[in-house]
Amino acid sequence: MASIEAKTGPMTHSRLPQRGLSRHARLALVWLALAAVPFVVPNAYWISLANLALINLVLIASLNLLMGYGGQISLAHAGFFGLGAYASGILNVRYGVPPWAGLPAAAVVAGLGALLIGIPALRLRGHYLAMATLGWNAILVVFFTQLVGFTGGPNGLLGVEPFSIFGHALDTEAKAFPLAWAVAFFVMLAISNLLASRIGRSIRAVATNELGAQSLGIDSFRTKLAVFVLSAGMAGIAGSLYVHINQYASPETFGIAPSIMLLVMVAIGGAGTFYGPMLGALIYTAVPQILLDYEDAELMLFGLGLLVVLILFPRGLAGIPAALTGLVRRRRA
Amino acid sequence: MNTPRRTDDLLEVENLTCRFAGVTAVDDLSFRVKAGEIKAVIGPNGAGKSTLFNMIAGVTRPTDGTIKFDGARIDRLPTHARARRGIARTFQNLQIFREMSVLENVMVGRHLRGRTTTLSGLLHLPSVGAEERAMEAAAMALLERFGLAAKAHAPAGSLAFGQMKVLELARALASEPRLLLLDEPAAGLPHAEADKMAETIRDLNRDGMTVLLVEHNMRMVMSLSHDILVLNNGRRIAEGTAEDVRRHPEVLSAYLGEEAADA
Repeated sequence: MASIEAKTGPMTHSRLPQRGLSRHARLALVWLALAAVPFVVPNAYWISLANLALINLVLIASLNLLMGYGGQISLAHAGFFGLGAYASGILNVRYGVPPWAGLPAAAVVAGLGALLIGIPALRLRGHYLAMATLGWNAILVVFFTQLVGFTGGPNGLLGVEPFSIFGHALDTEAKAFPLAWAVAFFVMLAISNLLASRIGRSIRAVATNELGAQSLGIDSFRTKLAVFVLSAGMAGIAGSLYVHINQYASPETFGIAPSIMLLVMVAIGGAGTFYGPMLGALIYTAVPQILLDYEDAELMLFGLGLLVVLILFPRGLAGIPAALTGLVRRRRA
Repeated sequence: MNTPRRTDDLLEVENLTCRFAGVTAVDDLSFRVKAGEIKAVIGPNGAGKSTLFNMIAGVTRPTDGTIKFDGARIDRLPTHARARRGIARTFQNLQIFREMSVLENVMVGRHLRGRTTTLSGLLHLPSVGAEERAMEAAAMALLERFGLAAKAHAPAGSLAFGQMKVLELARALASEPRLLLLDEPAAGLPHAEADKMAETIRDLNRDGMTVLLVEHNMRMVMSLSHDILVLNNGRRIAEGTAEDVRRHPEVLSAYLGEEAADA
C-alpha cells in the first residue's frame, strides 16, 4: 500500500548498491588479469587471436551501448568498422598520415557516417534505423569494393604501416597486444563512465519509455542520435586498430554478414550487461577457430548456438548467474 | 490578445481548437491558470479533457489558438522543450521506467537539473561525480518525503499500482517544475489512497506549486480545487469555484446529472 505522508520515513541516504568494489576498481582488475594473456599462451598465433578478441570487444561493447542500453538496432556496425579501417588505412597509405593521427580520424569518419544516416532514420518512430543501416552497410561495401584507386578494391588495401612508439614499430603480434589492450580498456572505461552519468540514464530512459523520457525534458531524437554516432565512432576506432595491426583490409570483413554476427554476439553475451560483450567477443573470436574444419557449417552452428543460449538464457550468457540464483530462490520458496 | 495579461497568470490558453478528421475535440477554448492555484478540468467522457491536456503537454498539436506559459508561446514546442520551461506532468496510464530502480526513475526526473554532457560523461570529469551524488541525494530526499525510500533500489516495475502513481509524481517533482500537470491522479486508486493523493497535492500547493489537473473523482476535485473548468463537447460550459460549478444548471444537466444517473 502506498503511503504518501509527507516528510516521514527513515533518513537513510544509502548509495546505489555496489557489491564490494567500485566499477573502476572492478574494470582495472579485469584488465590487469588480461595483461597476463601474452605470457601464458603458447605462441604468437594465440596472441594474434587475443588482439582480434580485443578489437572484437570494442566492436561488440560499442554495439551493446547502442542496442542493449539505447534500444536501437544497427545493421551497419561492420560498415562503420570498415569506414574507420579504410579512413585510417587510406590516410596512411595514400597520404602518409601516421596511424596515431589516423585513429581519431577513423572515429570521426565513422561517426560522420552514422550521423548521415541517423538524422533521417531516427526522425521516424519505430525500427527504421535497422532498415536504413542495412541499406547503408550494403552501400558502404560497394564503396569499399569499387573505389579501387583508394581502397585497393577486392584485392584489399596493402602496405598499411603498423603503429609505432618513438620510432619503434609495433609490427609483431606481441608488440601490438599492449596497444589493443589499452585501447579496449579506454573504450570500456568510457562506456562505463557514460552509463554512470545522467546521459547514460537518459539513454536507458529513452529506450525504456520514450514518452516518459520526453516529459522529463529529454530530447529523445538527440539522445538516440548521440548514442548512435558515439557507438559508430567506437567501431571506427576498432577499424583503425584492425587495419594497422593486420596491415591490411579487404571489403568482405565489413559486410552485412559480420554486422549481423556482431548483433548476435551482443545478444549471446547479454544485451544491456556491461561485461556481456567480453563473453560475446570471446565466442566470436574462438568459435571460428574451432569450426575451421567445418567452414560451410560455421554460420549454421552459430545460429544453433544462438537459439540454444537465448531460449535457455534470454538475458544472454552474462545473465546466467542471475538466472541461476533466481532458480535457486524459486526452489527454496 | 483578447484580454490584457495579468502578471499572475502562469498558463494562458487562448481560442484553442483541435479537430480530428471532422470531429472538433476542443472548440475555441480560452482559460487561465493563475500562479499558485489548483485548477481542475472536468467534464463527461469525450468532453475534450484529454485532448486539452495533451495539447498543453505537447503531445497533440492544436489546429488553432495559442498556449502561453509565463508569457511566452509554447504551443509549437516539442514536449521536452516544454519540460525545460518548467512544465512537468504525470500520466493517466503510467509511463514509468519499469526496468530501472525506483531511485533511478526519480534521478531521470532530475535530468534537467544536471549539466553533464556526453563528453564530460565519457571522461568522468570530477564535476560528474559531484553531480551524481547531488542528484542521488535530491532523489532520495523525495523518496523519503513520499514514503518510498525503503523501495529505492527495487525495480520500479515491481511496485504496486498506487506506489507507481506516487513514484510518477515524485519523478515529475524532481525537476522542480513551476507548473504540475496531473492526468487523473486518483484514477484506479482505492478510496484511502485517493484521499492521501489529494492531501499530497494540497501540501505541494501549500508550498507554492501551481497545479492543473484532469480528474473524474468529483469528491477530490470539489474538495481540492480553487477553480474548476467544466467542459462539454469541447466547449466551456462553466468555470468558477466548486460552489459556483455545483449550482450551474448546464453542469447539472450535462455532467452531474449523468453522474447521478450512473450512480
